[in-house]
Formats: sequence, C-alpha cells, structure tokens
Amino acid sequence: MLIVLMVFAVAALAMLPLARALGRRVFAVAALVPLGAFVHTVLQAPAVLAGDAAALPVERWTWIAELSLTLDVRMDTLSWVLALVVTGVGSLVLLYCAAYFGDDERGLGRFAAVLLAFAGAMYGLVIADDVYLLFVLWEATSVFSYLLIGHYTHRRASRGAALQALVTTTLGGLLMLVGLVLLAVQAGTSSLTAILADLPPGPLTTAAVMLVLVGALSKSAIVPLHFWLPGAMAAPTPVSAYLHAAAMVKAGIYLIMRFAPAGVEVAGWREVLVVLGVATLLLGGWAALKQTDLKLLLAYGTVSQLGLLVVVAGFGTRDTALAAIALLLAHALFKAALFLIVGIIDHEAGTRDLRKLSGLGRRLPWLAGLTALALASMAGLPPLIGFVAKETALFALLSAATGGAGGPGGAPLDAAGQAWAAVALGGVVVGSVLTVAYSIRFFWGAFARKPGVDEVTGLAGATPGFVLAPAVLAVASLALGPLASVVGTGVAGYPALFPSSGEKTYALALWHGLTPELGLSVLIVVLGALLFAAREPLVRLQKRVAREYTASDAYWDAMGAVDRLAVRVTGLTQRGSLPFYLGVILIVFIGVTTTGLLLDRTWPAELRLWDHPAQLAIGTVMIIAAIAATQAQKRFAALVVVGVTGFGMSATFALQGAPDLALTQVLVEVVTLIAFVLVLRRLPARLGDKHGSSHRLMRAAIGIGVGTVMAVVAIVVAGARVDAPISLDWPAAAYEQGHGRNTVNVALVDLRGWDTMGELAVVIAAATGVASLLFLRSRGDDPRRIGRAAVQQRIAQRLDRVRDLGDPGEQRNAWILAGPTLDPRHRSILLEVVVRLTFHAIIVISLYLLFAGHNLPGGGFVGGLVAGLALVARYLAGGRYELGAALPLGAGTVLGTGLIIAAGAALVPVLLGQPPLTSTYWEGEVWLLGEVEFVSSTIFDIGVYLVVVGLVLDVLRSLGAEVDRQGGDELAPSARREGNIR
Amino acid sequence: MTVSLVLVVVMAALIACGVYLLLERSLTRVVLGFLLLGNGVNLLILIMGGPAGFAPIYDESLDPAAYNDPLPQALILTAIVITFAVSAFLLALIYRSWRLANADDVADDADDVALRAGTVTMPLEEVAPDAGDTDFPVEDAEPMRADAAGEGTR
Repeated sequence: MLIVLMVFAVAALAMLPLARALGRRVFAVAALVPLGAFVHTVLQAPAVLAGDAAALPVERWTWIAELSLTLDVRMDTLSWVLALVVTGVGSLVLLYCAAYFGDDERGLGRFAAVLLAFAGAMYGLVIADDVYLLFVLWEATSVFSYLLIGHYTHRRASRGAALQALVTTTLGGLLMLVGLVLLAVQAGTSSLTAILADLPPGPLTTAAVMLVLVGALSKSAIVPLHFWLPGAMAAPTPVSAYLHAAAMVKAGIYLIMRFAPAGVEVAGWREVLVVLGVATLLLGGWAALKQTDLKLLLAYGTVSQLGLLVVVAGFGTRDTALAAIALLLAHALFKAALFLIVGIIDHEAGTRDLRKLSGLGRRLPWLAGLTALALASMAGLPPLIGFVAKETALFALLSAATGGAGGPGGAPLDAAGQAWAAVALGGVVVGSVLTVAYSIRFFWGAFARKPGVDEVTGLAGATPGFVLAPAVLAVASLALGPLASVVGTGVAGYPALFPSSGEKTYALALWHGLTPELGLSVLIVVLGALLFAAREPLVRLQKRVAREYTASDAYWDAMGAVDRLAVRVTGLTQRGSLPFYLGVILIVFIGVTTTGLLLDRTWPAELRLWDHPAQLAIGTVMIIAAIAATQAQKRFAALVVVGVTGFGMSATFALQGAPDLALTQVLVEVVTLIAFVLVLRRLPARLGDKHGSSHRLMRAAIGIGVGTVMAVVAIVVAGARVDAPISLDWPAAAYEQGHGRNTVNVALVDLRGWDTMGELAVVIAAATGVASLLFLRSRGDDPRRIGRAAVQQRIAQRLDRVRDLGDPGEQRNAWILAGPTLDPRHRSILLEVVVRLTFHAIIVISLYLLFAGHNLPGGGFVGGLVAGLALVARYLAGGRYELGAALPLGAGTVLGTGLIIAAGAALVPVLLGQPPLTSTYWEGEVWLLGEVEFVSSTIFDIGVYLVVVGLVLDVLRSLGAEVDRQGGDELAPSARREGNIR
Repeated sequence: MTVSLVLVVVMAALIACGVYLLLERSLTRVVLGFLLLGNGVNLLILIMGGPAGFAPIYDESLDPAAYNDPLPQALILTAIVITFAVSAFLLALIYRSWRLANADDVADDADDVALRAGTVTMPLEEVAPDAGDTDFPVEDAEPMRADAAGEGTR
C-alpha cells in the first residue's frame, strides 16, 4: 500500500512534462494510476473480508524515529470501501477530464498533477493508521483542493472561493491536530487503532474528540462551516465531482465513522452530530430547492446529503453503521455521476442555468436516462442502491427510537438515546422529502421543455468517451441495488465493530417485506413529488423567508474584521518613524532591565574610585566631548568632538594595560576621521537643517535612562563575578600552545581564531556594502583592469591636455606620481614630499607590526591599519590616480585574498587530520636573518592584515575616489580657467 | 570584583550621549551617535575586564592575575574594527541618500503613514458562486467551444 502511495507521488510529478507532450490525453495516462490502485485494493479483498482483525493488511515504515513519526497504514473494511471509492471514482473522473478539457486549457499539466496528487493523498488518508500521517494527508487534501478550486487563476471568484475553502478547512484541521495530539499523548501512541481501542472516558477525551469533530465537520461542510462547499463550485466540474462529492468531503465522514465505535461513548458525541447533521440536512435541501444553477443545486444537495451521512454515521449503533457505509457508497456513485453529467450539459449547451435549458431531454435521451438512474438513487427509489441504503437508515433509526438494539452490549438505548433517534429519524424523513423534490427539480431543470425558452441546439461533443464515466457510475448505482446482499457482505466488517444484540441482524436487501420503513419511503416520495409540484408557491415562500445574513456573510465579515484589525494594529505599532521604534525599544530595555536590577541583590561590597588618577582627567575630557557632540551644529565640529572621545578611549586603554587596543583605537580613529571628512565634504556644513532637532527632552531622558541603567548593570554584573576568570590561564596557554607572548594577538589568531574568522566575514560584507552603495554599475575605476603602466600613461595624457606652462605649479618637480593631475591650488608640496619620503617606511613598519605582533603589541589588525594609513596618505596627497598607482589592485581582490589566506590557514590543518586552526611551530637558522621562529597562525594573521588593508582601500576607493569622480571636482580645463580668472 | 567608578561614569555618559544622537533624524548625527555608543560599549567590556594591570605580554615571572584581562581585550579589538567597517557602511548610506534624495535625514515611511491615516484599503478576494453559470465563459472561449455550433440558449 505504501508503494501505491509512492506511485501516486511519482506519477503526479511526471504529469507536468507528460502534459506538454500529450495535451489532454495526459488524463488517460493519469487515470491508469488510480485504476491500478483500485485493482490493488480489490485484490486485498480476501484479507480484508476474512474478518480477522489480526490478519488485516498492515504496513509500517519508520519516518522520523526521533519524533516517533511513522508511516503506518492499515486496511480494514472501512478503509477498504473508501479506498475503492477514492480510486474508482478517481480513475473515472480523470478519464472524463480527457474529454472535458481542451488541449489549450491553461495549466493543464498542473491540473492533472494536482488532481492525481489529491487522489494519492486521499488514498493515503483513508488507510493511514498514524494520527500524524492522517493529519498531514488531511491537510494535503486541503491544499490540493485549494489549488484545484483556484484552477481558473484569472477569475477573482475562483481565487476567493479557493481561499475560503482553504481557510475554513484548515481552521478545522488545526483544531483537529490539537485533538489528535491530545489523544496521542494521552494514549502514549500515535497509532489510530491503538488510540481508539482504548479511549478512556474523561473530560480530556471529550475535549479531544470534540476538537477532532470540528476538523471532520469543517471538511465535510456541516453547518455552520458549510458555506465553503457551494463556493468551491468555482472549480472545474470534474473537481466538484471528485473532491466535493465523492472524495474529499467524505474525509470528515470517514473520520466520524472511524471514531464512531469508540466515540459514541463520549459525552455529547451523539447530540452534537445529530443536531448539526439534521440542521445541515434540512438547510442544504431547502437551499437546493431554490438554486437555478444545476451545479449549485447539486452542491447544496451534497451539503444536505453530508448532513444525512453525519446523522447516520454519528448515531453509532450497529444498524446505523451499516446504513452509513451503504449511504456513503451510494452517494459517491450517484453524486459523482450527476456532477459529471452537469459538466457534459455545461460543455455542450454552454450553460448550467436551468432557466436557459430547454428540450435537452429530447436531444440527449440517453443522457437523460443516465441522469434519471442517478437521481433515482439519490431520491431513494427502488431498485437502486440509494433506496437500499436509505431504507436501512430509516430502519436503523426507527428501531433505535422504538427500543431496538443499539446501546452497549446490544441492549436498547436509554430514553435520551431513543429521543435523539426520534429526532434523527424526523430529520431524515423531512430531509429525504426535500431530496426527492430537488431530484425531480434537477431532472426537470436539465431536460424538460420549458415554455418560452429556446431549445438547446448544437450538441456535437457528447462523445461516448465523454459519457463513459457517468454511465459507469450510474449503472453501478443500478446494479448494486439488486446486488445489495453482496454489498452487505463486503461492508459487513464495519458494522461488526459495534455491539449487536446477537439475534438475527438486519442485512442490506431490496425487499424486506411490508415494513414501516417501506411505508416511510413511500410517504417520502409522495411528499417530495408534491413539494416539486408546488414549486411556484414554494419559490415565493422562499423569497419571503430569505435570510438576510448567511454563514458565508459571517465568514466574510470575520475575514474583513481580521483585516481591519491588522490594519489597526499595524497603524498603531508601525508608525513609520525609526526614532519612534528605537525609542520604544530603548524604553522597554530600560523598563525590563530596571525590573531585573531591582529584583537582584548582588551588589558589590566596594567600589574603587579609579585605577589611575589620570583616568579622571581623561574621563572628564571624554564626557565634555560627548556632550559637546550632542550640541554641535556643524558637521565637522561634531565629528571632531566624537573623535576626541575616541582618542580618550585610546588613552584609557593604554592606562588599563591594553597597548594593542590603544594602538588599534588610535589608528581606527584617524581612518574614521578621514572617511567622515571624505563624505561630509559633499554635505552642507550645518547639521539638521531640514528637520532640526525635535523631542530634545524626551530623547535626553531616554539617553540618560539607558546610560544610568548601563552603569548600574556594569556595577552589578562586575559584582556578581566571583569566580576566577577563564582568561587567567590564557597568557601561559598562549605562550606554550600558541608560541606567542602577546596574549591578545594569540587569542585572535589562535585561541579564539574562529571568532576572528567571523569578524573578517563581517568586515568583508560591510566593505562590499560600501562599494555597492557607491559603485552603481561596476567598479569602473578598478585599477586591476588598467595596470600601473596604463595609469601612468593616462596621467601623462591628462597632463598634456591641461598643461598650462604659464602656471608656476607646472614647473614643480613631481614628487609623487599623480601630483600633476591635481589642481595646483589643491596641491601641497610639503604633503607630497612627506608622503614620498615616508610611504615605504610606513609600509615596512606595518609589516614589522604584523610579524612582531605575535610577541609584542601589534598584529594583523594594527599592521593592516598602518598600511591603510599609508594608502590614505598617498590618496590625500595625490588623489585617486595616486591611489591607483600606489596599489594597482582592486579592493575586492585584496579583501578576497585575505579571506582566502585566512580560511586556508584555518582549513589546511583539517586536511592534515587536525582540528581547524591548529597552529604549528618552526624554529631554525636562516641565512642572514639568524634564528627565526615561525608559527603557522602568522599566516592567518597575514589574512587579517590583508582584509584590513582591503577594507581601508575599499573605503578610499569608494568614499574617496568614487565620490571625487561623481562630484567631478577634478582638474578640468574649464574649471581651471575659471580658477585662473579669480 | 570591583569596578572603577570613573570608568563607569564615562561609559554611562558615552552611552547616554550616543543614544541621544541615535534618536535624531539627521543621519550624520545617527552615525556619530553610533560611534559614541560603540566607544561606550567597548568601555563597558573593558570595565568587565577588571582593574588595570600589566599588558598581557607573557612574562614567566608574573602572576597571571597581574595582567589586565586579555579576553575582553580581544573582544574589544574585534569590536573596534567592526565598528569602523559598519560606520564606513553608514557613511556610504548617508552619501547615497544625499545623492538620491538630497537629504541626510530619516524620513517617515510613507506607506506606514498612509496606513495610519486610513487611506489604505485592503482588497478582499470575493466569492460569488452565482457569478457564472458555466465553466466555459465566453471571455476565455476556447477552440473547443467554437466547435460546438452555437451558444445554446444564451
């Protein structure tokens, strides 16, 4: 059986390419899959019908062992009958599709694939023995139904109906999941059979079963969740025939029948199902009587019949069980046939409106004949299977109401049970009267000649292939009536699950003699016919009592309310103002943290004022600078005072015993300052001209609040530290394992190398972000593609063009390569000379810092920043051409090389069977250099060095050179002349 | 473990001023606030490292507790460089915003404002089961329909 499921899945996927090749004939291929499954199911008959619960076909497959999820399937009589229905009707409907659709139908392959996948999911659903598998397939059918209802994606009504069906059934499905989980947890197993075999009475079980019922009732379109089914008629008619008549809506009935033997003991089960079932039965039948669209007539008829099934299936005696399974079978046959016939009528006549159809019976007499068969079964006329099933239902309810067997152990029901049986019987009788009436209305509407309506013409397409599927179904309805005893044998396993009195039990048969239920049947047919005859006064009555407000309206009101609530909540919380969001976050932070601090009592016993008196002086300067930054009105002033806090940080680091930090902070501060200047030169000098500064007090309060909270946090957290820090061992570990005396550097490249790896990734991402914000198309100025020689050539050309020998600046010696490209007013001979003299020395120093960093303050970060500063100097002195000449490589290349080297250093040990980033140590005599020590983590540090250089280069290229280019403030002949005039 | 009060006060001041600037609308002030906040948080990490000590350059003769804690130092070093990278990115954003909109401030999101003002309506997909009485409406007439010799009674 699992293999059958597998075939469904694979075949569904194969439909898309097949449909492209075969067109609508793909459905004929698709029909083979459920046909095969049907045959496979038929072949299971001996095992299923043997009546031995231990010998039923069972397959188990562990799916996710950790969650004890299993793919368990089991085929007992109920599953077997439903599997036959699902696969049998499925193959016929697919065959029918081949005639229904055209080759140029939109989304043909998708439709075929989804319909086949639905058939597979439905087949799996009825044989699943694991509640979670059941739920997964249950939801799968909902999703496939959504896709099938929405097949006409370009029609608004289709999309809306699809969504409505999905929301309704999924809502029920989720509640069902809760119920199933409760049951599975309570039972300690997820096996459906095991759970139902031992359902302990109690409020938990009641709640769980009721939740499961919500799922079942929503799926089977029972009041008050029935409205999605008429809406689902927006689907192509084959879908309506299969999903919304034969298969999917039966999933809920299946679940009720599956639970019924145990569930009928649960408090409220019978009451809920009888009340809702009868309500649905009557409401559906009443609504069907006023429909003018044949398909909607059938849809409301289906709602009504599903109500009938819920009443009978849920009532829970042996005889109602027999009636329920017979009704289910009969309904699948006649309702699918009728839908398919409506499809043929629609296809041929171009309408389903019974007010526009006339004379069809004369033109398509055989179609009328088939319709009559199916309708007779629906109305419960002999000798069709529908008659047998309805007789059984009437007998079962009548017998239960009058003290027949039905209770535990085959005893009569108690008084309440008998009363409910009477209610159910009354409902079924009235409902059946309505059924008879709308059955006749259907036949009259589709086939009769109506005065004043043009007769239908042009019915060429009703080919035998088209009619085959409904014909098989209608004839089966006819054939199974006389064969009722065979049917009875086939389904006998299901009613046997209920207690029986042990006497001779009721069996399916056409003729039971002149029984009370036969009398009821006759009464029903007569009343139904009269009701149809009185259709015109009836229509007037229906118009008068028409409800203003339907369940579907309630659904749309609920959906609209959800949308409006969402808009309200969004409008309330999403103010669109970033400062507002940030303020809210910070206020929450202050509130939560303050609460935590107030509850905490670990305050440090003592505070020291300072580590070093100089901290006081430095700190005072930093505080003043920070406050000044908040008040500054000019960009550069604000920048400078923020820079002061940075240099203050550096001094603090130095005092605290962190030379690496002090160095890094100074260097970063310089580079940041320059980067800011590069950008801010393009912006107006004054800050906040547009919006000014608002909510000053509020912001100050939040700022002071956060600062205060952080101060208290620092004191409390430090006070909470009682254990010796882990880093006490670091200096020795760094020296002995990492072979470096500078603990911080060894920590970065060795002990905590992975952290640094992550940091490099962040740096590269940020650098890439900078470049992508500046270089809109490509790195047009990428010197990689130009080369040093070409740069020099371009400079020379440029020089020729702009040369003005009258300018004394031109006679100056070119201390730097691209100096002459600059406007003489922007040149500083002093800067050029200094840069010329120091550039190479700075690079050497940066390399020294890189390699010495393992034992002394320095390392890749510091070295890289120093090298970056050298590049900054070249750029400041000579502009972007100078920068290109100084390092004729793209920033991306440098960054990438750095990352590759770092990653390589991390990964090479892996190739040698070591953990990543394991370092190795060499020591030896090298010619000229003397004794040399080398630690492999230095290679990692070189990667860091390159990434940092790349970052600075990227900033210079983007915020410097590219901003220059976009600003166009380079030396241009016109600009230059203007300059001379001034 | 005790903390240096001066450092705590400086840290609080940096964070307070940083937050104040961060809540501004001017992007430049936001970035400056980010820098102040970054400095403040680095200081916080440094405070967590305990009292001042020797630079963590290994010396066999020293007691391990005599060094300033190297672990927060490593964290701060990383943080300094990342702060620089991120502020470079923010600068690029400012520049871009200036080039595109001639503005370096944070504007309110227009869609959110419209939503709050109630000028946005949510479209609903509607169900109209009676909308058509056929699967084969004329607007998507197919060749198959053309075969059928007429429109019936329509």
